Amino acid sequence: MPERHLLFFWEIKTAMKERIHKFEQGGEYILLDVNSAAVHLIDRMTFDLLDVFDGTNDDEAAQALSGKYPESELREVLSELHELMDAKQLFAPDIDVPPTFAAEGVVKSMCLMVAHDCNLRCGYCFAGTGEYGGKRELMSNEVGEAAVEYIIGHSKGRKHCEIDFFGGEPLVNLSVVKHVTEYVRRREKETGKIFKLTLTTNGLLLDEDTRNWLNANRVSLVLSLDGRREVHDRMRPDAGGNGTYDRVLKNFRAMVDSRGGKDYYLRGTYTKYNLDFTKDVLSMADAGFDVLSVEPVVAKDAPYAIKESNLPRVYEEYDRLTEAYLKRHREGRGFFFFHFNMDLSGGPCVAKRLSGCGAGHEYYAVAANGDLYPCHQFVGRGGYRLGSVFEGVTNKDLPKYFRESHVLNKPKCADCWARFFCSGGCHANAELFHGDIREPYEVGCAIQKKRLECAIRVQAELALEKAGKKADV
Amino acid sequence: MKHIQTVNKPTLQETIKKGGCGECQASCQSACKTSCTVGNQTCEK
Ligand code: SF4
Ligand code: SF4
Repeated sequence: MPERHLLFFWEIKTAMKERIHKFEQGGEYILLDVNSAAVHLIDRMTFDLLDVFDGTNDDEAAQALSGKYPESELREVLSELHELMDAKQLFAPDIDVPPTFAAEGVVKSMCLMVAHDCNLRCGYCFAGTGEYGGKRELMSNEVGEAAVEYIIGHSKGRKHCEIDFFGGEPLVNLSVVKHVTEYVRRREKETGKIFKLTLTTNGLLLDEDTRNWLNANRVSLVLSLDGRREVHDRMRPDAGGNGTYDRVLKNFRAMVDSRGGKDYYLRGTYTKYNLDFTKDVLSMADAGFDVLSVEPVVAKDAPYAIKESNLPRVYEEYDRLTEAYLKRHREGRGFFFFHFNMDLSGGPCVAKRLSGCGAGHEYYAVAANGDLYPCHQFVGRGGYRLGSVFEGVTNKDLPKYFRESHVLNKPKCADCWARFFCSGGCHANAELFHGDIREPYEVGCAIQKKRLECAIRVQAELALEKAGKKADV
Repeated sequence: MKHIQTVNKPTLQETIKKGGCGECQASCQSACKTSCTVGNQTCEK
């Protein structure tokens, strides 16, 4: 065969391989068809056969495994694989940018950094304990109102808009949070928009009055707790260097109880110091919280940073967490863990999967002084100021660049099996490590992919248990 | 099927033509917010 043709066939084979991802998780062999998002539980023989089978080469595949499995069974598997192909659930065609993905994003979400100031001194804070590389500063009512107007003016026909009160610690500037909330509720009535409001807090200032106010105003909450007391206190001391676990736990308990266990997330960060973070997740569950998220710290050159050499340990821990999660679920003590949440049959559309986090084109952060940035992580990073809530976006190239930095345009993502689940990772982390939002941060990718495998296993297991169809394949 | 059990009824290919309404929640994948891997989100429709 001429060399050119050989290359052509090799390319087809590779292209087919990039359309599937197969893995072993918790004793199950799992096959994900990347472009259809179909998930199949397969047996070992099918798993092995897919090392060779590319949709066209039945004889070659059967031949390659003939010493290991009986020919008749291999043919059986091949016929099942063809059935899946006919149903477009195996080697489904590649997805290109669809017409539903508009060239320009519509800005409907903002993160308001109401306080570049904080009452904690968390060891890993990307905001530099709240200052974002600048001075301690609080947002004014005027900036807050202008941000709300910016969203109303730029969200076009979108009904659902979002504001996240963030910091630093937003409760150190509660009066502005209250003012902006009242303003939003009034403008909702006048414009027909619906705003989802969220506040992310370390909990130190969550007293009874604040609790009542947050409940009365339907503000969703993200509550920061790092799991076990010793883990939390090591990384999240107050300004005087004292542990905060007991104080914030008490406040969180009262807060969550006062809203009937609804509209909150308890979230934590794990670092190199607690790679046994399953214990932290379970500690949060044992403290009576059941909507949880725990994520890896992102840091460069810090003693607590998670490095490539830590990855095997991290993978092992996700395996442990997966089994613990399923076990609790079966015992009727289940909890919700954000990264294991996945709707295998529905889930977001392709346009959303390309939009990703939306930073810089559907979602902006507003610094305390009103400056606009692609997201909260970019605040204060040189070259990333977009404009301000008063003058609008003046750096017009940036939103376009962010919009176009989707998985199909990033070389590493375009052929990554996780592309439609991960949606290209965090731009801020990519920029931090590589100075380019199109060059994903490798450790983040590795953890992301492991977490997705665990999530797929969890959801597959739950779906089959629910349907009463758990079969031995 | 004897060797393969399909878990879900995926709709990803169908949403190439139908999606894009933009009503879903923004997602953040960073370590400092509860942070959404898009695949972990639901569709608002
Ligand atoms: S960011 Fe990493 S894990 Fe995500 S799609 Fe891109 S390469 Fe894959
Ligand atoms: S760039 Fe990263 S930190 Fe910013 S919104 Fe996206 S995922 Fe979150």
